[in-house]
Amino acid sequence: MLLTVENLKTYFYTEEGIVKAVDGISFILPPGGTLGIVGESGSGKSVTALSIMRLVPSPGRIIGGELLFDGQRLMEKTEKEMREIRGNRISMIFQDPMTSLNPVLTVGEQVVETIMLHQKLPRRKAWLKAVEILELVKIPRARERLKDYPHQFSGGMRQRVMIAIALACHPRLLIADEPTTSLDVTIQAQIIDLMKELKKELNMAIILITHNLGLVAELCQKVLVMYAGDLMEYTDIGTIFRGSKHPYTWGLLQSLPRLDRPRSRRLEQIEGQPPSLIKLPPGCPFHPRCQYVKAECRQEKPELIEVSSDHLVSCWLYQ
Amino acid sequence: MREGVRSLVANNFQDEILLDVKNLKKYFPITKGIIFSREIGYVQAVDGINFQIRQGETLGLVGESGCGKSTTGRAILRLIEPTSGEIFFNGQNILQLDYRQMRVLRRDMQIIFQDPFASLNPRMTIGDIIGEPLLIHRLANGKERKKRVQELLEIVGLNPEHINRYPHEFSGGQRQRIGVARALVSNPKFIVADEPVSALDVSIQAQVINLLHDLQREFGLTYLFIAHDLSVVRHISDRVAVMYLGKLVEIADSDILYQSAKHPYTQALFSAVPIPDLKHRQKRIVLEGDVPSPVNPPSGCRFHPRCPCVMTICREKEPKILKVEDNHYVACHLIKSSSGGLSRA
Repeated sequence: MLLTVENLKTYFYTEEGIVKAVDGISFILPPGGTLGIVGESGSGKSVTALSIMRLVPSPGRIIGGELLFDGQRLMEKTEKEMREIRGNRISMIFQDPMTSLNPVLTVGEQVVETIMLHQKLPRRKAWLKAVEILELVKIPRARERLKDYPHQFSGGMRQRVMIAIALACHPRLLIADEPTTSLDVTIQAQIIDLMKELKKELNMAIILITHNLGLVAELCQKVLVMYAGDLMEYTDIGTIFRGSKHPYTWGLLQSLPRLDRPRSRRLEQIEGQPPSLIKLPPGCPFHPRCQYVKAECRQEKPELIEVSSDHLVSCWLYQ
Repeated sequence: MREGVRSLVANNFQDEILLDVKNLKKYFPITKGIIFSREIGYVQAVDGINFQIRQGETLGLVGESGCGKSTTGRAILRLIEPTSGEIFFNGQNILQLDYRQMRVLRRDMQIIFQDPFASLNPRMTIGDIIGEPLLIHRLANGKERKKRVQELLEIVGLNPEHINRYPHEFSGGQRQRIGVARALVSNPKFIVADEPVSALDVSIQAQVINLLHDLQREFGLTYLFIAHDLSVVRHISDRVAVMYLGKLVEIADSDILYQSAKHPYTQALFSAVPIPDLKHRQKRIVLEGDVPSPVNPPSGCRFHPRCPCVMTICREKEPKILKVEDNHYVACHLIKSSSGGLSRA
């Protein structure tokens, strides 16, 4: 396995109370595999990613669990050792390509900085390498564009630059946190195609964090559905759309307006709203909104059950 | 329910056009210099668009960012002043009205904004926010006003007892409901919904879409629904208009548009939407490049630099919007040359 996450718990200790952003998540990712983490805002998908990078901001802390990357325990690494891993072996791209680039440095300086830092190349060689990777992400006239500032790039091009920086050192794992959310749908299609191609070419694993189940269908082999910091369902991509078992997954799929189906009169909606992470309901976090709620759901958290091979569900319906 | 509205439309006001937009243009000047500022060019945000909305129907307006869809919505309400064109609401050209007449008319024309976090004043209670139009239009005061506000809170699915709470005490979905209540309080006929669900999570989005549906049926509302999410727009709209760089490229019934889009841009737009299923892997038409700047839009057809079917004429001449079928209009040179025979790629 390239990455094994076991019972990861990341809590934020705020003045109002303890926010259980991630509360016991486990999954595995083989080399070259693709995993989609799906959930609504506040479900803990981004915090899961930051935890893997050991970049959880204060007052957050990883309070439990095991992170194994390539057989190494990430939790035992010093900050210095982590810095070797970040960028070199695990890279991350963020949602907003507008704010993740420094506006007062040219794009070239920012790409070259990464290459020099991680690969210890002299400046001139790093520039050549930068041209190479900008061409890899299909930025036209890469050599000239390296001298431009971020504001001279469009949103889609900026996200390409971010991907270029992330891929500069050929990481084995790329974590993409909502990489296309701020982009238009035709530009999103370009970026997803690019990521697919690069994945094949460089044989890296991808974790795609998104709220868009359509994107997961495009890019991923496995899906993990999160709700209120908890894992609801984990299975492969075919099963999630055709044989999902968790009522929350059902609700999510039914509440989407669909282009591929005839227009319905009303959307099926999940009533209510996600719980506050400070005052989580007892038992299953989804029970206040669940149609199939039983007495057990209100009292105790369900165990993660393997309903069939490679299909894990956390729900009292199957206990 | 939707059928209910449809038959109502068919019986009562089949041809009753509520809103008629003719050759609407909005150019924003680009100025240079601070003291002796002069205009050096224009952003052609909306450049001569025509459409009509019938009583009780929902027209969806889609397009990518910067295509002018929000500008169109705001220009219709005269929240920004159009550069030229005509807007007939209920047969009356509203661009000829003065400030006071326009204010009276705004009772009938309201707007729901995209961002439920930025569009509510954090220092007003939601009762004051929702009730403000009643004060401005002198519709109700005192106890009567409170009663009307509580009634609306109930209609949009909020607890009427929360009338004295502040916006920060509500979640995103609830705030959007507050925005809907505020738009509804003056009993409008027409509502511009400018990306009303794009800031919301999937499960909450469905709730708000259903709410807008139900309200339309209950109060006979007419919507201009502006959004970039094609699946949402197709779901809620009777007809859909597609914009590109300030121009209308195609307009048709929403099912027809999805099944047989004629304009290469519409086809690409639909094919780019990722479908949450595996059996639906269709071949995507991936458009090259980005949307050009509306300051110097391309010559001829504005879509030609990205169009997979571009011809010589497209670079020279702007296509006229032509009728291909009932209720289906397209602005593309291909349509003229092959009498509408362009199939979905």
